[in-house]
Amino acid sequence: MMAPLTAGPFTHSARSVPATMGWVILALLPATLFGLWHYGWPAIFLFLVTIIAAIVAEALSLKIAAKPIKPALLDGSALLTGWLLALTLPPWAPWWIGVVGSLLAIVIAKQLFGGIGQNLFNPAMVARVALLISFPLEMTQFYAPMPLFSPSAPGFLEGLQITFFGVGHYDAVSSATTLGYLKTELGREIPLSQAESGVASISSMAWGDSAGSLGEGSALLLLLGGGWLLYKKVISWHIPVAMLLTILILAALFHWIDSERYVGPLYHLLSAATMLGAFFIATDLVTSPVTRTGQILFGAGCGLLTFVIRTWAGYPEGVAFAVLLMNGATPLIDHYIKPRIYGRDRHGQPLNRRSPEES
Amino acid sequence: MLKLFTLRGGVHPEERKQLSSGVAVESLPLSPLLHIPLQQHIGAAATPMVHRGERVKKGQMIARSQGMISAPVHAPTSGRVMGVGGYPAHHPSGLLVTTVTLQPDGEEAWHPAIEPLDDPFALSPKELAGRVAAAGIVGMGGATFPSAVKLNLRQRYQLHTLVINGAECEPYLTCDDRLMQERSEAVISGVRLMAHALGVERVTIAIERNKPEATVAMQQAAAQWPEITIVSIPTQYPMGSEKHLLQILTGEEIPARGLTADIGVVVHNVATAFAVHEALYAGRPLISRLVTVSGGAVRQPKNLEVPLGTPLQDLIDYCGGLSEQPAQLISGGPMMGQPIPSLRVPLVKGSNGVLALTSREVSADTPRPCIRCGGCVEACPCGLVPLEMAAHIRSGNLDSSVKLGLLDCIGCGSCSWACPSHIPLVHHFNYAKGELAARQRQQHQQGETKRLAEARSARMEAIKRAKREQLLKRKREAEAKKRAEEALL
Repeated sequence: MMAPLTAGPFTHSARSVPATMGWVILALLPATLFGLWHYGWPAIFLFLVTIIAAIVAEALSLKIAAKPIKPALLDGSALLTGWLLALTLPPWAPWWIGVVGSLLAIVIAKQLFGGIGQNLFNPAMVARVALLISFPLEMTQFYAPMPLFSPSAPGFLEGLQITFFGVGHYDAVSSATTLGYLKTELGREIPLSQAESGVASISSMAWGDSAGSLGEGSALLLLLGGGWLLYKKVISWHIPVAMLLTILILAALFHWIDSERYVGPLYHLLSAATMLGAFFIATDLVTSPVTRTGQILFGAGCGLLTFVIRTWAGYPEGVAFAVLLMNGATPLIDHYIKPRIYGRDRHGQPLNRRSPEES
Repeated sequence: MLKLFTLRGGVHPEERKQLSSGVAVESLPLSPLLHIPLQQHIGAAATPMVHRGERVKKGQMIARSQGMISAPVHAPTSGRVMGVGGYPAHHPSGLLVTTVTLQPDGEEAWHPAIEPLDDPFALSPKELAGRVAAAGIVGMGGATFPSAVKLNLRQRYQLHTLVINGAECEPYLTCDDRLMQERSEAVISGVRLMAHALGVERVTIAIERNKPEATVAMQQAAAQWPEITIVSIPTQYPMGSEKHLLQILTGEEIPARGLTADIGVVVHNVATAFAVHEALYAGRPLISRLVTVSGGAVRQPKNLEVPLGTPLQDLIDYCGGLSEQPAQLISGGPMMGQPIPSLRVPLVKGSNGVLALTSREVSADTPRPCIRCGGCVEACPCGLVPLEMAAHIRSGNLDSSVKLGLLDCIGCGSCSWACPSHIPLVHHFNYAKGELAARQRQQHQQGETKRLAEARSARMEAIKRAKREQLLKRKREAEAKKRAEEALL
């Protein structure tokens, strides 16, 4: 249809899709390494299985669709999807959780929509939510952290057994996440001041010394990675700041109204799913709005829904649901929120229109 | 200090001006053959006035302007006309255009009509504009709009300010920078003449901050003229776009489809001001220009003063030739310049750069799918949503892309530059604009055909009616005659 290239520019910014994905992965590295160390061999195996499954799923889908495989694999997006998914899984989940999750993410949520750039919903979050609904038991089985090489931690072989054969007797150390525990206690009408004594302290939440998903260990390391992405201009501040600020304001407001029934803002912010969501999931370029104003709206929506789901809905954690719901709203946001065109007003009419006889 | 306003969007491409910015302008020796195209401006092509074999003098008009928006063309030197005919155009297509080929005789004999003027300020604004028109001066920043048309705007608009564009925001290009450093007096003189022609009381000369020497030189040259202000503006592409330059300077926007004159301002390029000075003080028409020859494949990047019509190969040769096979030859800057099919094509009035870029410099990556990152939205200085416009164009829905503002796109290339998927967005927009223009032409043609057909049937109808009336009249006359005869009987 189109004539050969005859237009510039003949120079280009250093940005590219693989570089963008690479920066994001690099930013995830501190929190990931911490998580892998923190939860030991089973976590390492699950992480590897999930990522390999994601890449294989991408290659197979492309092959079936007769699309070129190599450039798509090299763009790093499948790796990133698998990586993000792994970070949201319980660290000791069985291997098939990772495999099924990766297949859901890549095949259903990404390739069936037309591949990179075409998907409406964040693939990793689609997979996480589908897993949570389909396999609630496996997806809510958390263990207190047992760092690699610590006396109680499973060794290499034991780790293999836990991940691949479901063998291992660690029921004794199973533990709820902080928000999960608080939600259960509040549900039993136990006042917060009393329930709080049963959970990890705020500072250990920040450092990541509590039970949780693989990559949600340390809010501070995720914040560090996110800050670096901001500094590198891979993401802009609009989504994370809008999301965090909304959560902060809502949590503070309700906590101030009734401090015995509403968890304080720090619990909300330092629950590491918040940081992972705000900097790495909600900021997914493909599934978030393209304008700055739209991004602020989107981020605020994610924050609002996260708070609402955590506080009043059936799940202790709401980031994944919130992001998916806002993903669904992205086309609408992009339809209604557009930049003002130079020389035109908001309605697209030329500025201070001259009278018809002049024009 | 003048308060500056901010520009939304825009990008910061790597400047690469250091390749040629330190090199003083050199004059290129005459080439054995000059090829002078008759279309070196926006608007109707000039009409040739010379024939094969004819001898012409330097500065002699060899093609006259035709129509409202057009410019005449002059002989860059004295010599013999070798032919008037098709020659590869200074255009990506390389299609043939009507070109006067001139063999210089080396005498450089000026045409007798060219004489210095004592006091151009004694001329009326209209006469001044007339001389600028006769000198064939067009916008030298690359847009090549006939300058005299812009100087005559005061007849229809209330003007108060002349803005001189010395931004030179394209990477690599430094010829305006050198011009302002080396010929600042002449530039200021041209600026004052233009202000006189326009009847404005204020002049603002805007220079990007990456040209401090030029700024100082221009400040010194303009020191005695209080009406002239030199303003340092941020280095930001596309500052050379007159609408965006005005936004920085005034905070005002030009209404869509409007002109800068709508807010009382006229913008001219610094090189145009220099050409105006030459035309009015020395009487010289536009027959040469400054151009930057640069790029990684050029051995010694330089700024040259070159007679129009010189084959680009001669410019490259003068700069030590090419050190490697260039990946891209460009006329103009790397953002908005045009690819050129070969170095045979001649230098024209709008050429501010000849670039031979290496494959490392052009970074030609194969396009990937759009990941909706919004980089193009952020980069667009016109507030458009390039990714959506391109998606509509790809699916053949041109009308939707127009609704999104396709026709407000200035083609600056910021979006393509920023796109991490290397999607040639500007190419999509150019294609769509071309399609729309073709569609409009077709519609116009259909309308014209319909109008002619209707006119014809109306004419036929009128003839028939006239015949019928004639017949009736004759019949009535006959009857009257008959009655009269009967009465007589």
